[in-house]
Amino acid sequence: MSQIQTFLYKEFLLEWRQKYLINGVFLYTSSTIFICYLAFSIRGVFITPIVWNTLFWIIVLFSAINTIAKSFLQENNQRDLYYYSIASPQVIIISKIIYNAILMVSVTFLALLLYSLLLGNPVQDQLFFFVVVLLGAVGFSSTLTMVSSIASKAGNSGMLMAILSFPIIIPLIMMVIKVSKNAIDGLDRGESMDEILLLFALNAIAITLALLLYPYISRN
Amino acid sequence: MEWMNKSWWKILTVALLCYTVVGGLLFPVPKLLILNETIRVLHFHVPMWFGMIILFTISIVYAIKFLRTDELKYDLYSQNFAKTGIWFGLMGIVSGMIWAKFTWGEVWSGDPKQNASAIGLLIYFAYLILRGSLTDGMQRARVTAVYNVFAFATLIPLIFILPRLTDSLHPGSGGNPGFNAYDLDSDLRKVFYLAVIGWSLLGIWFASLKIRIDLLNEKIEDKELVIF
Repeated sequence: MSQIQTFLYKEFLLEWRQKYLINGVFLYTSSTIFICYLAFSIRGVFITPIVWNTLFWIIVLFSAINTIAKSFLQENNQRDLYYYSIASPQVIIISKIIYNAILMVSVTFLALLLYSLLLGNPVQDQLFFFVVVLLGAVGFSSTLTMVSSIASKAGNSGMLMAILSFPIIIPLIMMVIKVSKNAIDGLDRGESMDEILLLFALNAIAITLALLLYPYISRN
Repeated sequence: MEWMNKSWWKILTVALLCYTVVGGLLFPVPKLLILNETIRVLHFHVPMWFGMIILFTISIVYAIKFLRTDELKYDLYSQNFAKTGIWFGLMGIVSGMIWAKFTWGEVWSGDPKQNASAIGLLIYFAYLILRGSLTDGMQRARVTAVYNVFAFATLIPLIFILPRLTDSLHPGSGGNPGFNAYDLDSDLRKVFYLAVIGWSLLGIWFASLKIRIDLLNEKIEDKELVIF
């Protein structure tokens, strides 16, 4: 436990010292949202809630892939070797997942704020939508961190990260879009319980797989 | 993999497939609405999916075996079973699209089963790209084995999720006439089960041939290294 804390502290410290990475992520997301805003406002098109929802999650998906692709960027071989000599691979991957989850939650909520300011906010059940956004962001981080570690072994090209993660992320994003649509329509929360449970299950599967498989990726 | 060289199961495969082609095209079939004679695709399209899933499962088993033992030959098996599985998936999608053109009127109708199979193929195409982008043999084997297991395990929930989102157009679901439990006709059954076994064995045969070619190529390369 204390090891995970130390690694988390190290991640935050690294991020704080190289502010350009995190600022880059925020700028990437905000510029994408601004482009969408401009593209839709050319002729004053009215955005239906379905389009609003889908567009929001696609923006979040692309930011997530770009953010998390960087999570193994700063590591180099010698430093990796040092980490593995002081901690187990499970500790390293868990602290990466937690760190990415915190990062993704903050990026997603910032995106939601800007997105609502520019493109309006049709959500009727605000609190439930926040919960879905939280679950979605954590889910993205738990699945994509593992993919990022795989892509980092193959030269860390952005294209590889994208093609490896798209098919894997589909179940998660379809579930999230469906539940957040329920929140937008203000349906009874009991209606979405099945899907929320499935989201939890997907997260649990991704984290378990990461714990089981990361040791093989890290071994060299 | 001693059994690869035995010939009894290859003779069995040929016999089963001859029976499938002749029986599948000539035996009487039940007359159902919409489907009519196209129901015969059951013996050619559906076994492709069975074959694909069996081949992918074998590929996963060898990927896990490789991760546990670090023996490169298991990576070779895993890779070739996955590649053959991709061919079966492509055949399944194409045969399904031709059939759908005649029964549903559209080549692609966004049916959940169509979408799920397309996603499955996307995963294994990504697997091939990942293989191509790595050069070091041991690392390539390890990284792709991990992706293979990770992708397959996240694909499974999809089977439970997609049907929740929309109803399938496939025969037997959504009120369509079909060959599910109560009306899978005994005439169809006579061919269908044997067709599944035959096509799956054919897939394993393909994969085993490719594995043997690759093993021989490795031997040739080793010899050339000695000569130079």
